[in-house]
Amino acid sequence: MSATLEEILAQALQQLRDTQDLNQLDLVRVHYLGKKGLFTLQMKELGALDPEQRRAAGQVINQAKDQFQEQLEAKKDLLQNAALEARLASESIDVTLPGRGQAVAGLHPVTTTLRRISKIFASVGFQVVEGPEIEDDYHNFEALNIPAHHPARAMHDTFYFDAHTVLRTHTSPVQIRVMESEKPPLKVIAPGRVYRCDSDITHTPMFHQVEGFLVDTDVSFADLKGVVYEFLRAFFEKDIQVRFRPSYFPFTEPSAEVDIECVMCGGEGCRVCSHTGWLEVMGCGMIHPEVFKAVNIDSEIYSGFAFGMGVERLAMLRYGINDLRLFFENDLKFLEQFN
Amino acid sequence: MQISEAWLREYVNPAISTEQLVEQLTMAGLEVDSVTPAAAQFSGVVVGEVLAIEQHPDADRLRVCQVAVGEAEPLQIVCGASNVQVGLRIPAALIGAVLPGDFKIKKSKLRGVESSGMLCSEKELGLAADANGLMELAADAPVGVDIRDYLSLNDNIIEVDLTPNRADCLSVEGIAREVAVLNKMDWSTTQVAKSAVTHTDTLTVSVKATDACPRYLGRLIKGINPKAETPLWMQERLRRSSVRSLSAVVDVTNYVLIELGQPLHAFDAAKLTGNINVRYAQADESVALLNGQTIKLDKETLVIADDKQALALAGVMGGSESAVSDDTQDVFLECAFFSPQSIAGKARNYGLHTDSSHRFERGVDPTLQERAIERATQLIIDIAGGSIGAITDVTTASTLPQRTAVLLRKQRLEKTLGIALVNEQVVDIFQRLGMSIQTLADGWSVTPPGCRFDIAIEADLIEEIARIIGYNNLPNSSLLMRSELGKATEAVLELDRAKDLLVDRDYQEAITYSFVDEEIQQAIAPDDDVVRLKNPISADLSVMRTTLWCGLLKAALHNTNRQQNRVRFFETGLRFVNKDGNTQQQKMLSGLALGSAYSEQWGNATRKVDFFDVKADVQALFSLTGIDVQFAPAKHPSLHPGQTAEILSLQGEKIGWLGMLHPTLEKQLGFDTQVFLFELDQDLLLNKQIPKFKPLSKYPSVRRDLALIVKEEIAVSEIINCIKACAEPTLQDIVIFDIYRGKGVEEDSKSVALSINIQDFSQTLTDSEIDAIFSRLLETLTTQISAKLRD
Repeated sequence: MSATLEEILAQALQQLRDTQDLNQLDLVRVHYLGKKGLFTLQMKELGALDPEQRRAAGQVINQAKDQFQEQLEAKKDLLQNAALEARLASESIDVTLPGRGQAVAGLHPVTTTLRRISKIFASVGFQVVEGPEIEDDYHNFEALNIPAHHPARAMHDTFYFDAHTVLRTHTSPVQIRVMESEKPPLKVIAPGRVYRCDSDITHTPMFHQVEGFLVDTDVSFADLKGVVYEFLRAFFEKDIQVRFRPSYFPFTEPSAEVDIECVMCGGEGCRVCSHTGWLEVMGCGMIHPEVFKAVNIDSEIYSGFAFGMGVERLAMLRYGINDLRLFFENDLKFLEQFN
Repeated sequence: MQISEAWLREYVNPAISTEQLVEQLTMAGLEVDSVTPAAAQFSGVVVGEVLAIEQHPDADRLRVCQVAVGEAEPLQIVCGASNVQVGLRIPAALIGAVLPGDFKIKKSKLRGVESSGMLCSEKELGLAADANGLMELAADAPVGVDIRDYLSLNDNIIEVDLTPNRADCLSVEGIAREVAVLNKMDWSTTQVAKSAVTHTDTLTVSVKATDACPRYLGRLIKGINPKAETPLWMQERLRRSSVRSLSAVVDVTNYVLIELGQPLHAFDAAKLTGNINVRYAQADESVALLNGQTIKLDKETLVIADDKQALALAGVMGGSESAVSDDTQDVFLECAFFSPQSIAGKARNYGLHTDSSHRFERGVDPTLQERAIERATQLIIDIAGGSIGAITDVTTASTLPQRTAVLLRKQRLEKTLGIALVNEQVVDIFQRLGMSIQTLADGWSVTPPGCRFDIAIEADLIEEIARIIGYNNLPNSSLLMRSELGKATEAVLELDRAKDLLVDRDYQEAITYSFVDEEIQQAIAPDDDVVRLKNPISADLSVMRTTLWCGLLKAALHNTNRQQNRVRFFETGLRFVNKDGNTQQQKMLSGLALGSAYSEQWGNATRKVDFFDVKADVQALFSLTGIDVQFAPAKHPSLHPGQTAEILSLQGEKIGWLGMLHPTLEKQLGFDTQVFLFELDQDLLLNKQIPKFKPLSKYPSVRRDLALIVKEEIAVSEIINCIKACAEPTLQDIVIFDIYRGKGVEEDSKSVALSINIQDFSQTLTDSEIDAIFSRLLETLTTQISAKLRD
């Protein structure tokens, strides 16, 4: 008989201690516990003993085997953990490096502003309607109670294609188009491009307006004031001061110009508000009976209000943009600021 | 319109500050644009009288003056002005005076002679931009009185921006009426007495166009002093209304225009031939105007003529040939009412705009003419003397505007404004506005005064009440509206969703002008029939775009010229094309991409964007709607002939284009890299398929990969269409995963690797069934497009 059980165990445990990787550990396991392993052979040799001795010797071998096995598992855990640690260490990256792939761009600030306006009105059931940009004289002027040679036409520097065809100077013609084809009650906003033959620091020949109107029985000036007031507070997300001034538009009567407290200086007076503390932001009024007449709506039964605002103007105030012309240069350095 | 606050306060003087007055006007609808002091700040300047002048001993140009300034002793002041003379009254700045620009006057010596002050010009007092010598005051100017008081310089110029309906406020009296109403005060109009007639000459006035000129008053004033000077107070008031002083007679007509709102015109009677005719211009007639312009008249233009020729553009501008001049002694004064319709647009047609046309086209009070001509007569006689002829009055009562009563229902008034009003309040407001009012059982009958052209219907009266009460004193109601459930149309995709998708794929939204440079438009879409503006703002914005590419390319260039080497834009909007005589306005969605496919980043090799990158973006748009489209090889004048796809629906509708900008255009426009473009018809793009459920199969799917060799000219879409045409019921999906050319594949052929997924709904497919399906597919591919399996 070769080595004693004690020697085998001592050697085995020593080998476990010396083993540094999982592959080697497996070899050690096979060497002692495999089919031809040293402990296995020890067990096989028990067959030669008588039953009494066999049991006692068997117990001793099993104890040694168990001890080895326990140490083996412990070593395995140790090595597995070390291996995992090593892998994790080797796989660690610089998480501060930027991500890859397609970036995300943004909407034009005019669109963002239009969407906010639409959202506010849509939440109380206004419907968004668009109209043509090349308009006929009738829808742009006549039906809005602006006959030829009306002094108000001088205020609209109009682009003409021929004597009867123009680029719409405002979004108000959409009012006419909707009222021609639909019956009240109506709650509509009409955003879009409008055109005036004027170009300087504060005017571009194209800009955007949102027209809104509401027609129903019993619509009052108080309703108009209430809607405009609440809209402006919602748009600027602030309890700003709002005031209504009498004004004149041929298609509304009474007509009003709406001012808000200057959002730049809080009403103290600054360059933006020409030191008045107020900023003009929209025009509005009760729809003129002549306009209702043009679209065959009985002004004895129905009344309504309409309002119109410049989108670029609102965007400039909201975002502090100081030059109108930037909107249409499409410089990425400008546009990306609103992404 | 500009007026002097002090002048206004002579009519009505509420106990409120300038600021409050201005706020009141603005809030009543007479928007005040600006308030500026009538004169710059200065102090210590009094009226002085030159008592004696001696030549300065050591300076040719200087004079030593003794000047009375209201103190015991005259002051010695050295002066260099050429117009200084004994007896002249001038502004004298005393020691300690501070002139505009913080210029302090101290005792000094000029070339050895003591000077105790300074004699001033208008420029030195900040009253004029330029001056020629000392400011000459009236001979009766009170010596020693502060010049600011004497000239009423402690005044403000109020500039009011009036809306076109408020012609009644285009005068000091008109604004005074408003201020009186707003402050519930009484006010006094200018007192005008009838002048006694002192000669018997008259001109016959014949009005042919009685519709256009319902009233014409004329009067001859003879023997005026042509050298008479406009008094300083009148000059100052004119200056504060930004009217230049010209000559006594012209100044008087301008003064009455501002005071009462009535334009008048003065002709030099000596230059008239025969009588006055008010008529429309004749064919080929022309008139030389006061501004030096000679215009050819059309037959719709009203003129004032004598027996020989047209003298003036009625209500717009006088003529140079009949104008008063420095030696005019006899004046024919015209004071008419021209109807707004006859003047409206006329001035603008001739490129003119005058104080007179501005008022006539908005409406001058038709009851004002007699008062105005008497007022002007009185002022001319006061200033320049002369004898007065009788007024020739040609009035056609039937064509004068009539003010008719307008009914205002109490219930309508209260419903519109959302407040209750008592009878007395309503009556008081209308009476103060100069309207006559009668209380009825259920409202009021209100007749506006002659000066109001804007009160014709009930709503006009409601606005007057609202205006005077103050819009801000009226209630706001919370939104009391009938609400309906909203719509959620599913068969149309919202444009916003498509825009968001492009934003998420790194396309920045641009907004470009709808009118473009015709040259670029022509280069990009030479076959489109453009819509042309008659009055473009500039030559490079003269035609309407037929494609959004015009603006996007320009916007891209703006950025590539500014060191941006990667630009991705999209825009939505209309394109405008003439088709069969009609202008079509078509909603489009367009995009542009140039530069690298991805923004510069680590770990990925930089490569340029190509056709298929952009095609993926376009396909992503279509995947939003679930509509199948085809990309057919096609030709487009501005795109690369080998990299252009026309996008068609399966029914053949033309949805749009995708392609690379033609290299020639790329160079011509100034790009130094490839540019990819797409443009889609919004209506066709957003047409959404409402999803329809298909049952799922419980059996496994099978994937087989095929590598097919086909001729180069066979498009991949043909292979796919060919497979689909087999109508194999188990076919689920075809994916192209490689295209190979080169070794092992013949020169004029390519290898297309694709995987095909099949799945049955009733069973698990056996190997032999699968083989059978694939050999059927292969057989079709071989017969239809001569495809071979690659070995």
